[in-house]
Amino acid sequence: MAYPDDRKYSDEHEWIKVEGDTATIGITAYAAEQVGDIVFVELPAVGTTVSAGQSFGVIESVKAVSELFAPASGTVTDMNGALGDSPETVAADPHGDGWLIKITVSDPAALEKLKDAAAYQAMVDDA
Amino acid sequence: MHQTPLDAAHRALGARMIPFAGWDMPVQYAGITQEHNAVRTAAGLFDLSHMGELWIRGPGAGAALDGALVTAPSRLKDGRAHYSMICTPDGAVIDDLIVYRTGDEEFLVVANASNREAVAAALQERLSGHDATFDDASFRTALIAIQGPRSRELLQAHTDIDLEPLKYYSIASATVCKRPVLIARTGYTGEDGFEIYVDWGDAERLWNHLLEEGTPAGLVPAGLGARDTLRLEAGMPLYGQELDLETTPFEAGLGRVVKFDKPEPFVGREALERAKDTATKVLVGLKLTGRGIARTGYPVYLPAAPEASGRVTSGTASPTLGHPIAMAFVTPDLAHAGTTLEVGIRNDRVAAEVIPMPFYSRPR
Repeated sequence: MAYPDDRKYSDEHEWIKVEGDTATIGITAYAAEQVGDIVFVELPAVGTTVSAGQSFGVIESVKAVSELFAPASGTVTDMNGALGDSPETVAADPHGDGWLIKITVSDPAALEKLKDAAAYQAMVDDA
Repeated sequence: MHQTPLDAAHRALGARMIPFAGWDMPVQYAGITQEHNAVRTAAGLFDLSHMGELWIRGPGAGAALDGALVTAPSRLKDGRAHYSMICTPDGAVIDDLIVYRTGDEEFLVVANASNREAVAAALQERLSGHDATFDDASFRTALIAIQGPRSRELLQAHTDIDLEPLKYYSIASATVCKRPVLIARTGYTGEDGFEIYVDWGDAERLWNHLLEEGTPAGLVPAGLGARDTLRLEAGMPLYGQELDLETTPFEAGLGRVVKFDKPEPFVGREALERAKDTATKVLVGLKLTGRGIARTGYPVYLPAAPEASGRVTSGTASPTLGHPIAMAFVTPDLAHAGTTLEVGIRNDRVAAEVIPMPFYSRPR
């Protein structure tokens, strides 16, 4: 599995891709594989504030509930509504159509602490 | 941690292994939903070698079991089986069991892995004074289940007995892949299926052979994850969730299993007579009509009520039905089909309706 170079990765297996004022957040292919068959995704409403390292939603398989941890702080400007009817998209295309939320990042400097694709790849290879 | 004799086979198949009741067990191979659907439409192969196999033998075996369990194994015909429970003197469930009669003076009691030691201890104590012996064969007996609508034709190709006349809840001596086994027509999936008791040393050969030969017909290895969603759809209780030492058989909807018409006393009888009409909770099936999945331990409410009136024991997104289902204990006044309830899911209340169980019944 290739991890795109155009974004950063958290130790909790979320990715964040910054484009202008907005950052898109999703889970990594590794996380999607670990969760298994994804049957439900619960995301915050537009306007909600999320905090780096804090839970902002959940993703559920038939077996278990997994929390989603924000890789950065900010305010939610969009959420992937298509996942309500098609949560399996997260597993099918975790780095693309399976994105979760978009935020305006309130603390861009904190993004520097996240891993790049190579460092993240190395981390999951060791897992 | 114990390993079943199929440990290497699971790892070779790429299984995700988890600790379960002291055993390394496969929770999934290709994925829970895929395995679940294979069992509903074709067949799945399960390693259940962690289960406890306890043999009770001797002229007094039947009478001893009648006194030890809530059922009357002495009334079983040779080759037949029934679902049973072993209770404390207080009427609490130590474990739920399958009891097979394999001979005039021979019974096989199959216990959950998590309760094997407790059941073994209670049985040994309760056999004293009877002309009966106890033999825990759990670590020399593997158990492989083949479950699903194609299980009979798949197993038939590898056994020397005709499976068609083997009735549900029956057991017979046979060979599979030329190895001596016991084949029972039992299971925990809501489908037709068979459970094969085989010597530890023969298990891997039998597993690999059945799987290789069955793969073209849709047979897949299935893990504990699919086993759980399959049994939940079929409305079957799981010890530790729907049954425990705080629950009587009546509360779990299993009162019919308790045989008060046995002439001899049995452990728990007096307490169970009292518990019969004094249940403070009732197990119900829930269909979630709102968005969300109910999970073990989530509170259940009457709509808008501040205090919980129950709790979820098991829940999932039903792969077969396509909507979330759950089992829950609720107060008896709420236990009627059609009652609208709410499940507390994180910070929300999600609407649910009490519906009859099982959630799923196989087409016949």
